[in-house]
Amino acid sequence: MSVGAQRDDFDVAVVGGGLVGAAVAYGLGRLGNRVVVLDEGDMAVRASRANFALVWVQSKGLGMPEYAGWTVASAEAWPELAEELRRETRLDVHLEQTGGFHIALSEAELEARTSTLKRFHNQTGVAQYKTEILGRAELDRFLPGLGPDVVGGSYCALDGHVNSLKLFRALHIAMQAQGTKYLADHAVTAIEHDKGAFRLTAGGRQVVAGKVVLAAGNANQHLAPMVGLKAPMRPERGQIIVTERVKPFLRHPIVTIRQTDEGTVMLGDSKEEGTDPVGLNLGISSTIASRAVRTFPVLGKLNVIRSWRGIRVMPADGFPIYEQSTSHPGAFVVTCHSGVTLAAAHALKLAPMIHAGQLDETLEAFSARRFDVQAFA
Amino acid sequence: MFKRLPDCPATAVILTVDGRAIEAREGDSVAAALLAAGFAQTRQSAVSQSPRAPYCMMGVCFECMVTVDGVANRQGCMVPVREGMRIETLRGRREISA
Amino acid sequence: MSGHEFKDAYDVVVVGAGAAGLAAAAEIARAGLDTLLVDENAGPGGQIYRAITTTPVRKREILGDEFWNGAALVDEVRSSGASVTQTATVWSLDADLMLGISWGGRSRNVSARRVVVATGAMERPFPIPGWILPGVMTAGAVQTLLKSSGLLPAGRTVVAGTGPLLWLLSAQILRAGGAIDAILDTTPRGSLTRALPYASGFLLSPLFAKGLALRSEVMRKVRVVRHVTELVAAGGDKLETVTFATRQGAKATLPADALLLHQGVVPNTMLAMAAGVAHRWDERQLCWSPVLDQDGRSSIEGIFVAGDGAGIAGALAAELRGRLAGLAVVRDLRPGYESSETQSIRQKLQREERARPFLDVMFQPPREMRAPADDTIVCRCEEVTAGEVRKAARLGCAGPNQLKAFLRTGMGPCQGRLCGLTLTELLAEANGVAPGEVGHLRVRPPVKPISLSELAEMPVSEAATKAVVRG
Repeated sequence: MSVGAQRDDFDVAVVGGGLVGAAVAYGLGRLGNRVVVLDEGDMAVRASRANFALVWVQSKGLGMPEYAGWTVASAEAWPELAEELRRETRLDVHLEQTGGFHIALSEAELEARTSTLKRFHNQTGVAQYKTEILGRAELDRFLPGLGPDVVGGSYCALDGHVNSLKLFRALHIAMQAQGTKYLADHAVTAIEHDKGAFRLTAGGRQVVAGKVVLAAGNANQHLAPMVGLKAPMRPERGQIIVTERVKPFLRHPIVTIRQTDEGTVMLGDSKEEGTDPVGLNLGISSTIASRAVRTFPVLGKLNVIRSWRGIRVMPADGFPIYEQSTSHPGAFVVTCHSGVTLAAAHALKLAPMIHAGQLDETLEAFSARRFDVQAFA
Repeated sequence: MFKRLPDCPATAVILTVDGRAIEAREGDSVAAALLAAGFAQTRQSAVSQSPRAPYCMMGVCFECMVTVDGVANRQGCMVPVREGMRIETLRGRREISA
Repeated sequence: MSGHEFKDAYDVVVVGAGAAGLAAAAEIARAGLDTLLVDENAGPGGQIYRAITTTPVRKREILGDEFWNGAALVDEVRSSGASVTQTATVWSLDADLMLGISWGGRSRNVSARRVVVATGAMERPFPIPGWILPGVMTAGAVQTLLKSSGLLPAGRTVVAGTGPLLWLLSAQILRAGGAIDAILDTTPRGSLTRALPYASGFLLSPLFAKGLALRSEVMRKVRVVRHVTELVAAGGDKLETVTFATRQGAKATLPADALLLHQGVVPNTMLAMAAGVAHRWDERQLCWSPVLDQDGRSSIEGIFVAGDGAGIAGALAAELRGRLAGLAVVRDLRPGYESSETQSIRQKLQREERARPFLDVMFQPPREMRAPADDTIVCRCEEVTAGEVRKAARLGCAGPNQLKAFLRTGMGPCQGRLCGLTLTELLAEANGVAPGEVGHLRVRPPVKPISLSELAEMPVSEAATKAVVRG
């Protein structure tokens, strides 16, 4: 028996140190697991550094009612997560669930929005919560300073936002305070399953863990098959613009405009195909800017400090994938677009299931087996 | 505290800073004019309201930001002075009103 | 030199009208190519030749012959046929050679077949306690005030740091009739010994004799404290004192109205990095430099980098690099065009560059002034200390981009210009890896802020609109 040799074995290896991986790792550490988080390096394409930071409910789950329910559950669990993180890290992630808006800049946009919401709420089994269509006069009561082009919008009281960078940092501080080991520059290149344990090759070292959670965003597409799972993703990018700091002027987040607790105003977000996160389409930046100025003309005076094009982690049908491997029990895949909104569900609901070794039946709809069904349909 | 060279031939230009008239010279940037007029502090930072003043004078540090003719947070060192220009110093985060 | 109407496309756009940009634009336009030279400042000249066409400083000896040399370059561009636009800010450049240019509060896209980035140098960050106080400025800032406005520091003035510019500025202040209370020289003990192996190239250069002369000119008039290892600026609403300690253990506090800091210059890489040009860590100059061939061709097809932005080598080298890049651009666009001068320019450039290694090593700023103690603010915009950076490194931050997400370092209006190098060096030290492995902050447009309405009013394609508008 070797004495004092450093044992690189853990209860759980979480692959991916972004918001999804960190939330799951935090949730597992909370339950006493010895966790290692294997992450890529500084230039990793990372949605956690390029997201819009909404904790968003309205109209999520069109086409999959279970997603609506899971989203609402996470939004409801969010205050508990924020409070826990504040207690453990003394970082305030600035959760504000004051209700959020979607703004229409023409009658046609308002009609499209109305019909989307109607289709959404007509789904059988969808979580019942209120999303209202508001006219211009009603919007003015919540959102002073709207421009003449705004005709109306939708409102949901469950919507909100956080400071997602503080969330990212708080999760990292909290998980490491629990004893979780975080390894940057350790991209996983191979996973082997042997005698009930997983052996991961990452950054030139071998890590052994009883369970493995794949939370590596788009890289899950390539990692999942190593443990008998799949995670079909589609390439999608989005652009975001951020302004200089300004005194508070906007009390509610809008799906494309929000003011952070620091005072900067974030404007987003576009949807384009493609995977190159570096290049930036100035035309898209300009369109985002133009719509923001039409929504709130005073924004026009603000200086733009940065803009970026981020990669979206987007499963092929837009809905999360949660599944345990049948061929490699103990291996889980966790992939979704909304790492901020779902952070509370991942830390406080999903992690306990992984800890128990069994995903709840309520998550059955999120299995990637749904893609096989679609293939036959 | 800065002083002009004695034989400096440039034409005088009058601008106002926070409502007060100051004399600058053609060829000055706004930041240079403020320093020449004895302004030690030209801004309070957006984060902690700490006092700041021009630092690099070449457009890289953004410490010299001021409001020029109603446009906030412009780099004072990059804007040449013009007769009648209105300058306002900034205190912390700027404000936009609806 | 007006030209506020921009065309949609040019053969070549040269960014920056300093020594390199002026020379490049002149070479390119002379060959008959449609050339736009854009520059952010009120007049041409860059930093070295700042205000060369407008300076109110009449006595030529105050600024020295090297300054006045710039006039010929400006004349050369004026007769070359290049369009020159001042007060125009290039805030975006991409790999398709599309530029975003702001002029007069309006932005437009301009495309080019070749782009020469000649954005020059900026002063190396000099993070010491109290460097955010009013009254603390860079030495270059005071040189700018002198050149463009004929202004001199009038109160108690302390100059601190290391490097040739420190002595040049001090000499200029003294010649102009100004006074300096003390020069606190931070050049580490043993620098000369370390630099000696590189001395042969330097001894042959005229810089050697000039440097010595400047130094003795200044030392005759000013108290110089050598081997300074600690510097602290202190005061309430503005600078009141400068406290220093030397390697030998001397410690003193000087009353001061101005503290002028300088520890060398580094390439201003913002625009080249935003375009995606590959950069490497320069171990001797301790900064990022673009990876280039001998003509300044970068990793991105069609983008050239010339001048000090390509690695610090001084004004004469910058001009020569500008010419070489310009001639290479002409060869690209006018196949068969050959200049008889290319070889002799290359030889002259080699001579200039041979002097550099000695200066780089001799004036390499001390570690404690590049990676300061925990309580020193390193990111001036977001007010983040070196200690917070080290703490984030212990949390597993491998590079400045993760750091930015955790601490907002580099997210303020200066976009990391004044903290980027410090962050890389702090992380390298904390993580025990080379700065080149740590990497640099990603740079994204706009590299200079523009207003949202300016961005909103730019022309837009239908596809771009469709990508944003949602039901």
